[in-house]
Amino acid sequence: MAGEIESIVLTAEVRVEFGSASQSGFILDASIKVPSGITVLFGPSGSGKSTFLDCVAGLLRPIWGKIAVGDRVLLDSSRRINFPPQQRRVGYVFQSLALFPRMNVEENLAYGMAHIPTAQRNERIDSILTAFRVGHLRRRAASEISGGEQQRVALARSLVTLPQVLLLDEPLSGLDAELKTSIVEDLRAWNRTQRIPILYVTHSRDEVDALAEQAIAIEQGRVVGQGRPREVLDAPRRTKLAQAAGFENLLVAEVLSSRDQDGVMSVRLAESAVEIEVPLSRAEAGDRVRIVIRAGDILLATQRPAGLSARNVLEGSIQSIEQRSSVVEVRVNCSGAVLISHVTPGALRSLELSAGKAVWVVLKTHSCHLVSD
Amino acid sequence: MEALFLSVRLALCVSAILFAIGLPLAYWLAYSQWRGKFLVESVVALPLVLPPTVLGFYLLIAMGPQGPLGKLWQALFGHGLAFTFTGLILASVLYSLPFTVQPLVASFEGIDRKLLAASAVLGAGAFRTFRRVVLPMSIPGVLTALVLSFAHTLGEFGVVLMVGGNLPGVTRTVSIDIYDHVQSLEYSDANRVALILLAFSFAVLCVVYGVNRRVGRRVWATWPAR
Repeated sequence: MAGEIESIVLTAEVRVEFGSASQSGFILDASIKVPSGITVLFGPSGSGKSTFLDCVAGLLRPIWGKIAVGDRVLLDSSRRINFPPQQRRVGYVFQSLALFPRMNVEENLAYGMAHIPTAQRNERIDSILTAFRVGHLRRRAASEISGGEQQRVALARSLVTLPQVLLLDEPLSGLDAELKTSIVEDLRAWNRTQRIPILYVTHSRDEVDALAEQAIAIEQGRVVGQGRPREVLDAPRRTKLAQAAGFENLLVAEVLSSRDQDGVMSVRLAESAVEIEVPLSRAEAGDRVRIVIRAGDILLATQRPAGLSARNVLEGSIQSIEQRSSVVEVRVNCSGAVLISHVTPGALRSLELSAGKAVWVVLKTHSCHLVSD
Repeated sequence: MEALFLSVRLALCVSAILFAIGLPLAYWLAYSQWRGKFLVESVVALPLVLPPTVLGFYLLIAMGPQGPLGKLWQALFGHGLAFTFTGLILASVLYSLPFTVQPLVASFEGIDRKLLAASAVLGAGAFRTFRRVVLPMSIPGVLTALVLSFAHTLGEFGVVLMVGGNLPGVTRTVSIDIYDHVQSLEYSDANRVALILLAFSFAVLCVVYGVNRRVGRRVWATWPAR
């Protein structure tokens, strides 16, 4: 083990019931395994993500559960073990950050280190504030510093106590991408020496892509996917998750025929005559299927493209153009079926796209994902 | 003037005792998940709706030579409880309890629960959380509770009359003094004392509402909804 720091794994299995289960109450029943590094817990709001974190932190007692960090058992219902939050050694950053408003930055950090000698405490506060680039804010009131700084301080406060697990409940929401990446890089750098599991809750697809080493998708209280971020996001099993995951296009189609040897099938989009080729599924001719396509995966051309590997080239006209922060959302009507494509502002200018203009929509077969309801 | 000083002395004692009882009681009422909590809430709020004579009557019975409190006191200290200053303090504590507890509960419940959760996760127990997080954020509520319990005790009449009687220097408080003056048709004397109480009460309410206004939210309210 020379120079190698042993990494810790969080295993958690919980069942929580709110309201009576028979009367449309909420049930969370999930089992996850989080290795060291950043794991994103991803799902739409109300899917039970924060509830899950509360169980791990000990703020909420599940009706049944088993939670362990490494070989340290935090909760085991069958053995009547349940440590209070104070003894769990879990770091938790809430969405609201929950910095103590009447204390300065230093006092906020020192709060969790009451029993540590002053010299050592100061040393640790110094080093973590520096690591998160907020050393100069030591004496400032927590309520006076900027949002991004507060997020850095909240992270530092939760880590200065050397927890064995870090729980983050959408702590970076409201920050721009650049700032977010910079904070996460600092977190990653810090964790290179600590190697603790970090469970990062979000409903933003961008954050999954940018941050995660592992992703867990959760929906309506159940884990619906776990693995590498791309795999989890690209294979949505449920429609609702697909919408949350940023598949802007959700289409209903009828299966026309399957070509098993090519691994594809032809479908006709509902309420239109448009036929496209999609990956093969178990659906048979005549079945209705749902297809999701990410807007960023749809290409636009102002002339009929030729010599492409993409199998689906559809003719249409631009219905509307809407400028979002860094992308332009273009809606194209292809004989009744409306597809949403994201292009860059630069592409918008060089192609001289405008409403009413005729365009060709290019769609790879494997950009079309089939989902079941 | 003797009556006024007696009243102030009584109000100071009662406020101090209520402060000591009220803080932990309000903390518990604000955050306890216990199902039967409403029972305690009801008991604490009882003096708000009960005629003072009813409360005073039962206290008098309890403190009397045959009552449980009276007997206990007799056994411990060799004298009774009714018609004494100590008895008066005890009655006033009960009577003013809601005026201490309610502003505190309202204030504690206004604190973001995530701050309490953060405190727990950072290793702090209930007492440390209270001292370091809850209390510093509840200064206006605490001030309101202190001022209201003091003012309310100063002006009480019915309970004092029932439990304390009218012994000069022992249980004759300022409100009873006014009543006596009126009974003897000494209106100018009654007015002198009454005016002091009026001015004082007005000043107290100015402080309470002024502080609440500065803090931006009402600390004095009825039982907060949950």
